[in-house]
Amino acid sequence: MIAARTQAEPFDAAAEAAALTAGRVDIGAVVTFTGLVRADDGLTSLTLEHYPAMTNRQMATIAHEAEHRWPISAGTIIHRHGRLLPGEPIVLVAIASPHRAAAFEAAEFLMDWLKTKAPFWKAEERDSGTSWVAAKHEDDLAAARWS
Amino acid sequence: MDFLYFAWVRERIGIAEEQLAPPPEITTVAGLLDWLAARSPGHAAALADRSAIRVALDQAFVPLGAPLGRPAEIAIFPPVTGG
Repeated sequence: MIAARTQAEPFDAAAEAAALTAGRVDIGAVVTFTGLVRADDGLTSLTLEHYPAMTNRQMATIAHEAEHRWPISAGTIIHRHGRLLPGEPIVLVAIASPHRAAAFEAAEFLMDWLKTKAPFWKAEERDSGTSWVAAKHEDDLAAARWS
Repeated sequence: MDFLYFAWVRERIGIAEEQLAPPPEITTVAGLLDWLAARSPGHAAALADRSAIRVALDQAFVPLGAPLGRPAEIAIFPPVTGG
């Protein structure tokens, strides 16, 4: 029910959310989260490397776990890879459910687990050079609260 | 066994993947990393800080103390930073 995919191209969050509810009258809530590239400290681009075979597996596993925990009517997860510019979307989590609590919680859970369990790595490019982003302890804590 | 490297682990080793046959006496992931680190200065530099190393056997995360088993693919990379 939750479709997960990776792609290099940008996505249209509004169109993805609309597709979840098209023709349905049993959905009462859609929560859409879009992560964007910030131009922190003069960042000029962000390059996302990933491990395709494991990414697909992990995203499917994470989606399945969300379906197991909440009543989800439909959902879409998109994670981009490649070189992205400030302002561009990186990640989409769109979740439809009969009620809002499940949609909010499932979307938050999916983002927390994506950040800590899907094999992507961000490299930040600035005029001064390129550096890999370090993992954040608070992301681990955020993911752990769902265990 | 196919070895895959990502992010700064890939950069420090200098290649994205290689095929290696670890000796049969290596039975744990940690033992495999020790053996791998001895292959070149680049391997040693990539694996110097084990607290910053994550390992997946056949696309599933394993702790460094896990038994090695006989995976077809081992991936070595830093903690993930997607999302």
